[in-house]
Amino acid sequence: MSEKELGQKWDRCLADCAVKFGTGLGLGIVFSVVFFKRRTWPIVFGTGLGLGMAYSNCQNDLRSRYVLHSKYFSFEQK
Amino acid sequence: MLRVCWKGAHAAARQCVCGKVKAHPLQLCRRYSTAGDSGSTAGKIVAASLLTVGGGLGGTILYAKWDPKFRANVEKSVPYSDQLFEMALGPPPPPLVTLQKKPGKIEPLQISSLSEASKESKQPKAKAKKSDPAPVEAPAAVEEAPAPTPQTLKDEECKDHHEPVLKERPAEEVTARLAQQDKAEQDALAALTAGLEESLGSTAKTTLQAIGAQEAALTAIAAHTNKLKEAMDSQTPPDEKSSQWKALNEALSERTRAMEEAEEALLKAKGELENLSGVINSSKQSKINTARPQILAAEENLHSMIVDLDKVVTKVQTAQTEAKIVSQYSELVNEAKAQFQQELANITPEIQANWKRLSGKLSADDLNSLIAHAHRRIDQLNRELAEQRVREQIHIEVALEQQKLEDQKALERAVVSALEHSREDMRLEQEKKAQEVREVMEAEMRTQLRRQAAAHTDHLRDVLKVQEQELREEAQEILNSKMMEQETHYRRLTQEQLDTFTLDMNAAYARLKGIEEAIDSHVIAEEEARKAHQLWLSVEALNYTLKSAGADFPTEPLEGAVGVIKENCAGNEFAQALATAIPEESLSRGIYSEASLRARFFDIRRLARRVALIDETRNSLYQYFLSYLQSVLLFEREQVAPPAKLAPEDLDTFKLLAYANYSIERGDLELAAKFVNQLRGESQRVAQDWLKEARLTLETKQVISLLSAYANAVGLGTTQAP
Repeated sequence: MSEKELGQKWDRCLADCAVKFGTGLGLGIVFSVVFFKRRTWPIVFGTGLGLGMAYSNCQNDLRSRYVLHSKYFSFEQK
Repeated sequence: MLRVCWKGAHAAARQCVCGKVKAHPLQLCRRYSTAGDSGSTAGKIVAASLLTVGGGLGGTILYAKWDPKFRANVEKSVPYSDQLFEMALGPPPPPLVTLQKKPGKIEPLQISSLSEASKESKQPKAKAKKSDPAPVEAPAAVEEAPAPTPQTLKDEECKDHHEPVLKERPAEEVTARLAQQDKAEQDALAALTAGLEESLGSTAKTTLQAIGAQEAALTAIAAHTNKLKEAMDSQTPPDEKSSQWKALNEALSERTRAMEEAEEALLKAKGELENLSGVINSSKQSKINTARPQILAAEENLHSMIVDLDKVVTKVQTAQTEAKIVSQYSELVNEAKAQFQQELANITPEIQANWKRLSGKLSADDLNSLIAHAHRRIDQLNRELAEQRVREQIHIEVALEQQKLEDQKALERAVVSALEHSREDMRLEQEKKAQEVREVMEAEMRTQLRRQAAAHTDHLRDVLKVQEQELREEAQEILNSKMMEQETHYRRLTQEQLDTFTLDMNAAYARLKGIEEAIDSHVIAEEEARKAHQLWLSVEALNYTLKSAGADFPTEPLEGAVGVIKENCAGNEFAQALATAIPEESLSRGIYSEASLRARFFDIRRLARRVALIDETRNSLYQYFLSYLQSVLLFEREQVAPPAKLAPEDLDTFKLLAYANYSIERGDLELAAKFVNQLRGESQRVAQDWLKEARLTLETKQVISLLSAYANAVGLGTTQAP
């Protein structure tokens, strides 16, 4: 169903967002804890990173239909 | 409200009543004030009215007493007047007895009069019967008399009945009556003859018996007298005397017995003879001519029997007189002997009376006294003899006289009986002669009648012959004419029949041909109709399969139904084309129903509205958010009627969706699909599937409707109007 496609996309988007957020957060926490002495900026950074990635993914996913795919063809004049 | 009205009504009523009540006492007062003046007039009025009423009543009562009809009328009309009348006048008079009983009474009177008349008629006859001379014949006669008399009585009564209605009785009745009469005569005759024969036989028997008895008596008397005579001649020795006397006694007893028997037999015979004569008389009275010779014969027999009996009786009587003389003589002799014996006994008392033993026991004195007595006796007897001789003449004359008288008497008797016999003979002869003459006459009459009858039959025969001839000719003529008529008629009829037959045959042949053609065309038409029906049925089946779509799932694959249609319309190109035009998807997977598409459209619409801004150029996430915001903030009517022509500004997503919504709400899936088709961008992509389904459904439905229309058309075409 074409109408469900959008919904699926949004599900994926959200799931991805959640995952990336969690992962970013986790990594940020980890990095913050491990490398940057429990500063908040890695957490935020990581979260932001994650969110940004999720957003981008989401956008790409939603855009996928309109993106033109090209291919290089080489053909010789014979 | 009701109570108010009620109260109002009450008040009004009370007012009215009070008003009235108030009015009356005034009037009464007024009356009382003027009572004195008008009292007399009132009294006069009252008295007058009472008088009239009483007069009327009294008048009606009196008139009712006089006229019961009036009374009945009044009782009917005025309710309680009957009680008043009863009180005043007593119970109403009984209604008049109707005259219906009289006819009933008259009839029994008539019958009783008839019976009385019959009784009266019977009585004189009975009296006549009773006054018949011989009482002995009454039992025999009365038996026979009622037999003929009731018949005659019945005839009389029948005549009396028939007098008011004198009709000639029909021939059959007459013959029946005659036959009946003949039969009755014959029965009576048979009875008579039987009776006669019976009585004849019995009388003959008894007469013979009497005659025999009489003759036996005769012989007995003769024997007795002979024996007596012998006994009187005292020539025999004394021993035989006693035996003689014994024999004599026996003969005497026998004679008496025979006499008695003869007497009895004679009485019986006389009685039987009287019976027979009575029977003969009654049979004579029955007036049956055919019995005459028998009656005559019976009379002759009777006469002969009487004659024989008389003869025998006279013989017996003469014998008896002879015997009497002899017995007288013997008596005298016995008397003399007894006297002599007595004298002897007086003279010689010691000798016993039995003078048979006289010879051995007598002494000389006794003998002397005996001889002296005998001498004296002889003297006496001589003197008596002389006296007797002297008186001989006188005695003889006296005896002669006596004899003459007796002879005369006997003569007279004989003459009388002979006369009677001769008279009887004459009568019998006369009757015989009359009978013969009658027979002769009857025979002659019969011959004359026969001659007349023969002449009549001859004449009839001739006349009949002539008539027969005439009638035969007539009949022949008529027969010939009728035959000619019948022949012509028959010929005409046959010709007509032939013509009609040929006509009918031609008509029938033509009709048969027509029928055959019609049947063939019918067969074809029916074949067509069958095919059309099949097609229609299969289309209906296809239609039905469309209904098998559920809410969210499609119908069954239409392959089967379409295959059936293809089979059914093998020769029909149009149908085949149509059947093949059905999209493949519907065949394999089935289609969604309109309802499900409608339901789905709402989701589509919502989604399409949300992504209304997204297309190739604008498809970032921010745009998605904006688009969503737009959809939320844009207020518009959900359903907008689409215009007839679409202008370019109508190609807005929201408008398009509104149009489509409107259309789909009105059931116009096609239009909705058209509008949805105009969507662009993401909305288009979102609605793609729905559109595809809608297109599929629409196509299939179109084809199916075409097919069903076609099937209906074909069916209509093939159905024949009644």
